[in-house]
Amino acid sequence: MTVTKEWTQIMKLSDLPKQIGKEVHVNGKSIALFHLSNGEVKAIANSCPHNNGPLAEGIVSGEYVFCPLHDWKISLTTGEVQKPDNGCVEVYETEIKDDYIYLMV
Amino acid sequence: MKKKLVMIGNGMAGVRTIEEILKRNDELFDITIIGDEPYPNYNRIMLSNVLQGKTTINEININDWDWYQEHYIHLLTGEKVVKIDKEKKEILTDKDQVIEYDELIIATGSSAFILPVPGSDLEGVIGFRTIEDTEKMMETAKKYKKAVVIGGGLLGLEAARGLIDRGMDVHVVHLLPTLMEQQLDAAAANLLKKDLEAQGMKFLMEKQTAEIFGEDRVQGIKFTDGTSIECDLVVMAVGIRPNVAIAREAGLEVNRAIIVNNHMVTSDSSIYAVGECAEHNGIAYGLVAPLYEQGIALADHITGREGKGYQGSILSTQLKVAGCDLFSGGKIHEDEDTQAIIVHDQFAKLYKKILVTDNKIVGIVLYGDASDGNRLFNMLKKGADISEYTSSSVLSKSGQDSEEDLVASMSAEDTVCGCNGVTKGTIVHSILEQGFTTFEEVKGCTKAGGSCGKCKPMVESILAHTLGDSFDASLQKTGMCRCTTLTRDEVVAQIKELQLKSPKEVRMVLGFESAEGCSKCRPALNYYMRMLFPEEYEDDKASRFVNEKMEGNIQKDGTFSVIPRMYGGTTTADDLIKMGEVAKKYNVPLVKVTGASRIGLYGVKKEDVPNVWEELGMRSGYAYSKSLRNVKSCVGSRFCRFGTKDSLGLGIQLEQEIEMVDTPHKMKMGVTGCPRNCAEVLTKDFGVVCVENGYQLYFGGNGGTEVRECDSLTTVKTEEEVIKYAKAYVQYYRENANYGERTAPWVERMGVDLVKDTLLNEENVEQLVNRFEKAKNTYQEAWSSVLNNPAKRDMYEVIRG
Repeated sequence: MTVTKEWTQIMKLSDLPKQIGKEVHVNGKSIALFHLSNGEVKAIANSCPHNNGPLAEGIVSGEYVFCPLHDWKISLTTGEVQKPDNGCVEVYETEIKDDYIYLMV
Repeated sequence: MKKKLVMIGNGMAGVRTIEEILKRNDELFDITIIGDEPYPNYNRIMLSNVLQGKTTINEININDWDWYQEHYIHLLTGEKVVKIDKEKKEILTDKDQVIEYDELIIATGSSAFILPVPGSDLEGVIGFRTIEDTEKMMETAKKYKKAVVIGGGLLGLEAARGLIDRGMDVHVVHLLPTLMEQQLDAAAANLLKKDLEAQGMKFLMEKQTAEIFGEDRVQGIKFTDGTSIECDLVVMAVGIRPNVAIAREAGLEVNRAIIVNNHMVTSDSSIYAVGECAEHNGIAYGLVAPLYEQGIALADHITGREGKGYQGSILSTQLKVAGCDLFSGGKIHEDEDTQAIIVHDQFAKLYKKILVTDNKIVGIVLYGDASDGNRLFNMLKKGADISEYTSSSVLSKSGQDSEEDLVASMSAEDTVCGCNGVTKGTIVHSILEQGFTTFEEVKGCTKAGGSCGKCKPMVESILAHTLGDSFDASLQKTGMCRCTTLTRDEVVAQIKELQLKSPKEVRMVLGFESAEGCSKCRPALNYYMRMLFPEEYEDDKASRFVNEKMEGNIQKDGTFSVIPRMYGGTTTADDLIKMGEVAKKYNVPLVKVTGASRIGLYGVKKEDVPNVWEELGMRSGYAYSKSLRNVKSCVGSRFCRFGTKDSLGLGIQLEQEIEMVDTPHKMKMGVTGCPRNCAEVLTKDFGVVCVENGYQLYFGGNGGTEVRECDSLTTVKTEEEVIKYAKAYVQYYRENANYGERTAPWVERMGVDLVKDTLLNEENVEQLVNRFEKAKNTYQEAWSSVLNNPAKRDMYEVIRG
């Protein structure tokens, strides 16, 4: 089986407030989208590897999000869970074109 | 070429042994582990916490799948070893795999002992040993009502408490006249039984099970005295049986368990046994701490290190049941050689017994306050001479010096955290190498104190001892978060002094490690800023925890609850109809009267939340916030023949005057119309008892995790004075408590007298009330402000690509 990925247009960058996550559904996947304070846009699976906490609702600090359920700290760049906890979530590529956010899913 | 090391069993003792081996030399062996449970290594002793709902199965993993990969360990799960051939040095699994070994470790643990009575194979009869058993109990509790736990020992009582927490009606059947007879004497056991009965546990003492009856599923138990009891679930917690069948068949020397020497070597020099399946000097241990010590001895030997070997263990026990604080170690009962020091305060339900032989402690039984357990147990293990103590001083907490002395006298291999098997050496290492200075940091890295938390004082003592003069005790309590070493009070003082105007500025100027803070300091700073500068500072939604950001409590499946304001617990027929209609329209899965006398709609989808608010047209009940939740009120003199005052009217007014304003933690208040106290106001953050001649005011109570009864403030004559004192008190709390600190611990920390003196000073009260009102004026009702602001409303939208 081959898995094809494609760019999907999501929303206007200017409609996404900074540091407040957005839940996005693309191709049957729930993805958490973040507008960081440095202007970058990051996207990861909207499910903490611990207990499936909705990461889109977590507190964002720099390039990390804290899961709202049990405070796991997860890198938005690598998807890696920070110590002392362990795990990893899927990271999705993002692109900004003409003020629109696109996701590679 | 590397030697082939194979281990049968993938449990706590075995995997810990592998960790110890890898620590000594990770190049010696090709390692294969075969476990019959379909999970990586998990913390079995935490299963009762899972059952009691204090943690989840995901949280009790010790080694996740990645760990095995990272260490190139070949792991086979869900596969059972059926035969060991020690001549050919190979094993056979139930999937017909043959695996060769150079060295073999048997770590098969034990199984729950199932009483061999008729009916013990019926559906609904289980042991309490594995994740599967735990899941079965949690499932059963959803469908059935009545449970019987056979066995009133440690495990049985923890299981019973868990089943009660899961909503079942639970009887504990015990063969003997007293509970936990292996750990407690009769006096302590009786106190325990009384406390458990108060928690709703029922007991059938001195009953022997004759038969379990039922068709397919268990329907009840008959006892040898002819009596019987009906039930839908039977949990057997009557002991464990070491899993030794394959070892016995292989021709190894087996008694109750597999016989090993001081290096954990069995009668075959290439085969080791460790954990509950091993018998050392006639003892097969069933608790976790000795298993770790055995793992060290085995690892030393197999890697060719000189070690002292395993010397046997003296056991200590604690019970993981809230409200039953006990500790037991060493001997329990007096005999000819022992003298006992006993303190038994029946009024305070405290019991302490120490057994002494030749000026050395040989046994400890504590009930009611077990905080001295670790200290005394260390004295026992060290054989400390107690002749210089008077008999009562050994029982009372000693000064800090001697506690530190005790920590100092521990050796590096001594276990500090029994739950996670963390030694003193590991903790000291983390402090020296990572430069840790606080308990939280040590916990984060080593997991010491991360489970039941009982060893926290010891970890702090180790910190103090290791850091010497550079140890700052104040940091341990108030160091704000991982981003800064400054305490809350220092941060707030600096904000005021330097007139810092935004959290970003605070973090920059005060040198926080992370420019954007963490999940702890972000909400805290947002609170402090708004508390200090109510009119200038603009609230930052991105710094609010999800519940406050979304103005609803997030549920575990990501849905939210909607709980409208019902002042004083009152509603109207029209509002009830409207709530019903909205609940129907949005398919709300649960409508429930909440603990704070309101009606909650639970399980509302995020996208529906604003629509539900809009259609209800009601105010937010702030049931998710750190602010006033509700004022619980009885109907008072309007309807009740005993009511002395209009407690309901006063409750409603109080709720209207205090609501919406952020406080360091949630607040609950109550007004009751007479001293019968139907509104239960003496465990509220602020309580009012109406009496004939006025209003008695109370503060600092809590009915939650740690129950605290209110202290009395004063008695006032008018409703206006009640409101005035309430506002002053709330503002005093707002200005002085740590973010996240309830009034009860805050009052304890400040001192009851200081709070009282401050609030009974007219001038203070006036200023506090002014500052409170200034803050209150800046707040707007939450739900309508979201509905009126398209950008805020957008937060609830889910985008579908």
